This record gives sequence, structure tokens and C-alpha cells, in this order.
Amino acid sequence: MDQGIIIAILATAVTAGTPILYAALGEIITERSGTLNLGVEGMMLVGAVSGFMAAYVSGNPWLGFGAAMAAGGAVSLIHAFLTITLRANQVVCGLALTIFGTGFSSYIGKPFVGIPLKETFKPVEIPFLSDIPVIGPIFFNHDPLVYISYLLIILLAFLIYRTRWGLNLRAVGENPAAADSAGISVSITRYQSVFIGGMLAGAGGAYLSLAYAPSWLENMTAGRGWIAVALVIFAMWDPYKALLGSYIFGGVEALGFRLQTMNVTISPFFLKMLPYILTIVVLIIVTRETKTRKVGAPAALGQPYHREDR
Amino acid sequence: MMKMKKLFGLAAMLVVMALVVAGCGGGQTPASTDKKEDAPKEGTGEKLKVAYIYVGPVGDAGWTYAHDQGRQYLEKELPNIETSFVESVPETPADAERVLTDLVNKGNKVIFATSFGYMDSVLKVAKKYPDVIFLHCSGYKTDKNVGTYFGRMYQPRFLSGMAAGKQTKSNTIGFVAAMPIPEVVWGINSFTLGVKSVNPTAKVKVVWTNTWYDPAKEKDAAKSLLDAGADVIAMHQDTPGPMQAAEEKGAFSVGYNTDMRQFAPKAVLTGPVWNWGPYYVNTVKAVIDGTWKSEQYFGSMADGIIDLAPYGDMVSEDVRKLVDEKKQAILDGKFEVFAGPIKDQSGAVKVPEGKTMTDEEVLNMMWFVEGVDGSIPKK
Repeated sequence: MDQGIIIAILATAVTAGTPILYAALGEIITERSGTLNLGVEGMMLVGAVSGFMAAYVSGNPWLGFGAAMAAGGAVSLIHAFLTITLRANQVVCGLALTIFGTGFSSYIGKPFVGIPLKETFKPVEIPFLSDIPVIGPIFFNHDPLVYISYLLIILLAFLIYRTRWGLNLRAVGENPAAADSAGISVSITRYQSVFIGGMLAGAGGAYLSLAYAPSWLENMTAGRGWIAVALVIFAMWDPYKALLGSYIFGGVEALGFRLQTMNVTISPFFLKMLPYILTIVVLIIVTRETKTRKVGAPAALGQPYHREDR
Repeated sequence: MMKMKKLFGLAAMLVVMALVVAGCGGGQTPASTDKKEDAPKEGTGEKLKVAYIYVGPVGDAGWTYAHDQGRQYLEKELPNIETSFVESVPETPADAERVLTDLVNKGNKVIFATSFGYMDSVLKVAKKYPDVIFLHCSGYKTDKNVGTYFGRMYQPRFLSGMAAGKQTKSNTIGFVAAMPIPEVVWGINSFTLGVKSVNPTAKVKVVWTNTWYDPAKEKDAAKSLLDAGADVIAMHQDTPGPMQAAEEKGAFSVGYNTDMRQFAPKAVLTGPVWNWGPYYVNTVKAVIDGTWKSEQYFGSMADGIIDLAPYGDMVSEDVRKLVDEKKQAILDGKFEVFAGPIKDQSGAVKVPEGKTMTDEEVLNMMWFVEGVDGSIPKK
């Protein structure tokens, strides 16, 4: 393998990983508050279709991106209402949301299937940075949405670890009862985090329909939402590790095709299962680590909060 | 609180029961009326009902879209019929059988099932309703009231290969392939034979995606071929993803299913396309006239079921002339794509000079011809 091919694989890993990265970052925020939302796939699809429709009608991909985030957020509010206000089972609601999102996006997207988009996100080279050898072509020769995802990671990490809002968020996720007695509104915090999660899942969907393969086709996320859910565990609820993980997961796919062009045959089914194997391995390690150190899932993840139950 | 829960439970049960009752009602009532009126088939002045089941959405810009164009053509050509369709029907027996039975109950007398995976469901339902005619696309099982139909796609694929072979500068042509099944394999082979007929030094690099329908993945596969030096991308997929990848890189591409120039106007040279309309008209006419017999129809370019899409602007006059001449030879029956000598990848002669592969051999082809760079994944 010469350098050019390796750079091409890594550059593709970045673009292939970006939709997963957006969705996973959103899910990290959601789960940090103790709410599990398995509807990522559904929210991504609704985001993808709304983004495409808005971009097609307005002719402006940025409007599409905004619409996708709004739509993803709106769908996530269904989950928030059911699981936070009505305290329904989070797993069941999340699964229902995925099924709903898949059907709903197919339904409203019907007239838009298979038509090309005139204005899409195009790669923009960042001056100076894109001239750095190796790093430049891998990280700084993409469309604007990729650059936004870089900034987003820093922003979210700052929010989670360095602000009062992040502290409240983590407190609610670890011990909602304690947070409640400290005067933090559990339900408002959770509503916010679920909404942010939905917006970012919508953004991940829009990346597919506006930048990666600019078109709308039914079920076009093809399981990327589930990879994002797995990635959150892989990343141990940390935005920086999510960056690494999403590029590894994206790179696995890119690598598969490149190996084929070099006449190395690895079963595509094996490559497809690789992200999940990695997740299982990480889960095993994480579970062992939690016994010694304090890492891993937010303690209250998946549990509805009931003030009277204390 | 308890009272509320009970009320909820009761309401939920009522809803479920209502649905069950509605479901049964919808399924059974028309069936019984159907049996009474199945005797008069033609000449009563009643419109013949024809139905289609599609595997994808009608707007997929590919496979299903092409079938739906055929359905609309049929409706225009034959005034005394009524057509309907059900789209995005999964190939699982439970779904396919339910939809097929439902269409029979709605009074349809001719049903076209347009995907390979419906094969066994069609046969099962057809046994129950001997007075309804079923036509299954791309399958190999027939019955008294079940016929199959497909097209010799290798003819236009060969022609598109000629256009690609003339266009390439790097002598590497990429092929994004869906599934390792004979239909795709003979597609790649005929394309490669076309390429080699005008450009013996060129090779066709194959990458498998193992999906019919994932635009992002197909595009990524095309990108990997472009990175590996390909400057023309051909494909056997259901979405225009690979075309878009070629367009972005300033490379060329060969479409499939329908005229794909709108997705990549600067890239698409041409492409093999389906034109189901004439076949649907002839078949339904035969049913109306009472001359229809169960058969395995394998249509050619001369029948009009398949064709070559219009050329893109970048295809030169010389190339157009060359390809058009070959097309005429195929139409006149003077040229056979799978005529010997044909060598496989190892250089061994598979089809000797003077021999032509039989339909049976083509439909079971699971080896690559010389000039294909890639391998068929084993199960």
C-alpha cells in the first residue's frame, strides 16, 4: 500500500464516520442525563428526509440542515414526553420511535424519492491547514458539515465537563434524586438533553441526504443509527472517544472496498459485524473497569425518575 | 390511578379487537364474491384488472421505476383494462403472500410480481387461484397459470461496455456490483466482453457491495474504484450513487435500469435500460384474446424489452457510430454476445470457437471472463 491509498482510506473514513459521529454525539448528551433513546435511526431518517425536502424546495442546503435538526429535535420530543413526563419504558419507546421514523420518513418523502438535489454541500479546502502533508488531505479537504462536527466535539466536551449545565446534566444522569434535592429540575434537564440528541441525530441524517449521497431514498441510513448507539458505549460517553470511534467504524467500511480493489478478499459480512464486535469487547472491558474505577454508563441510565419513589 | 389503568387496558383491547375484525372482514368478503364471478373472463365489456407488486418505491429511479413506466404504458395502450400497484413489498413470504392474495381478492386477473424474491410466494398463491394469471420477473419456476419473464440484458450491457472501453484513458474501468448471483455475474461478463472488443488492454475491476439499495455505500464503493485508478464507473445497483461519485471526481460512468443522465450529466455515457412496456402490452393482449400460455419469456433487444440509453454529450460521433453498428447487428441477429471463443480469468477456453452459450448456461453463469479483475465471493 502506498501513501496515497492510505490517505484516501483515512479521508473516506472521516466522511463515512461523520453521520455516525453527529448521531453518537447527540446520543451521548441524551444518555448523560440518564435517558436512553434507541430511536436514533428513526430520528436520523426523519432528519434526512426533512433536510432534503427543505433543501430541495429552498435551493439552500444550509436551510435543509437547519430543518433536519429541527425535525430530529421534534421527533425526539415524542420520546421525551413519553419517557420523562409519562415515565414509559425507555427501551420500548425508543424502538417504537425507530419504527415510526422509518415509516414516517418514507411516507412524507414519497414525492422526493430519486430526484437529484441541485445545491449540495461541496468540499471546501481550508487554506493553510489543507496544505499540511498527510493531515491536510485527511482532515481539511471536506465539506463544511465535517468541519462543524470538529467544532461540535470541542463545544460539547466543554459543555459536559466545564459548565454548570454539564455538571447538572451529569448529576441528573448519575443520581437524579440527589440532583433533585439540590434544586436541579430533573425533567427540564432531561428534556433539554433529549432534544439536543434529536437535533444532532437529525443533523447526522442530513449529512447523508445533503452531502454524502445527495438524494433521498427510503431507509437510506441503512443501520447507521444503530451503529451510533453502539458507538456511544464504545466511546464510554465521551465526545473525544466518539470521534475516534466513528472514524474507526467509518473506516472499516472504506477499508473493505479498498481491500477488494487490491484483490484481498475479506468477507463483507465479517466487516459489517466488526463495529459491533469492537463494541462488545469495549463493553467487557468497561464492565470490568467499573468495578475498580468510576467509568462507564451514567448510573441512572434507562431509569425513569419518580420523585415519590425515593 | 387503578381505574385509569383499567380503562386504558379496556380501550386498548377494544382497538385491537376492532382491528382484527376489520382485518378479517377485508380479507374474506371479496374472496367469496370472487368465486361466483370467476367464470366470465372476456367479452363481458367489463374492464380487465391488472396488478403489479414492486419491491421498491416507484420513485427509486431504477428497477421499480422502470417497471412502473411499463405499467403506465400498458394503461395507455390498452384502454379496456384497469391497473393498480403495491410498492415496497418485502420479499418475505408473509408479506408477499398477503399482498398477492389481497390483489386476487380485489378482482385482479393478471398479476405481475416484479422481483426475484417473490418466486415461491407467487407459486403458492397461484395454486390457490387457478383462474388468475401470474407473471414473475427474473424467476425460473413456472406453473399452469404462472409464467416468468426477463430480458437479455447482456446485449445492451455489451454495447455500454464498448462505449466505456473507448472512453477510458487509464484502461481501468470500475464496476460496482450488488450481489454475487448469476444475473450480476453475466452482466459484468458481457460488459467486459464489450470493453475488450474495442480495447483489448483494458480491465474491469469489480467491487461487491452486498446491497441493492444503499446509496452512500454504493457511492463509497465507486470512490474506492476511482482511488484505485478507474476513470469509468459501471454498476449493477438500484440507485444512482456510483454515478454521483464519478461526477464529483470528473470521471465517467455507465448507468443502469433507466436513463440516469439527470443525476450526473457530465459523467453518464449511456447505460443498459429496461423498457417493459411492449412486453406488458403483448402479454395482457394475449390474456384478453385467450391465447396466453405459461412460458419462460427471455426477451431480447429486438423485442424492445431492453435498450441502450441515449448517449451523453461527451460520447464522440465515432464511438456512437461504432456502437450503433453493433446494436444493429444484435437487432438483426447477426451478433451473439456469448459466442466463442471466450476465456475465463485463468486464460482457459470456456466457450470454444463456433459455439454459443445456451440460455441455461448464461442463466447459471458463476465465473468471470478474461479481463475481469476481481473474484466472486464464495458463500
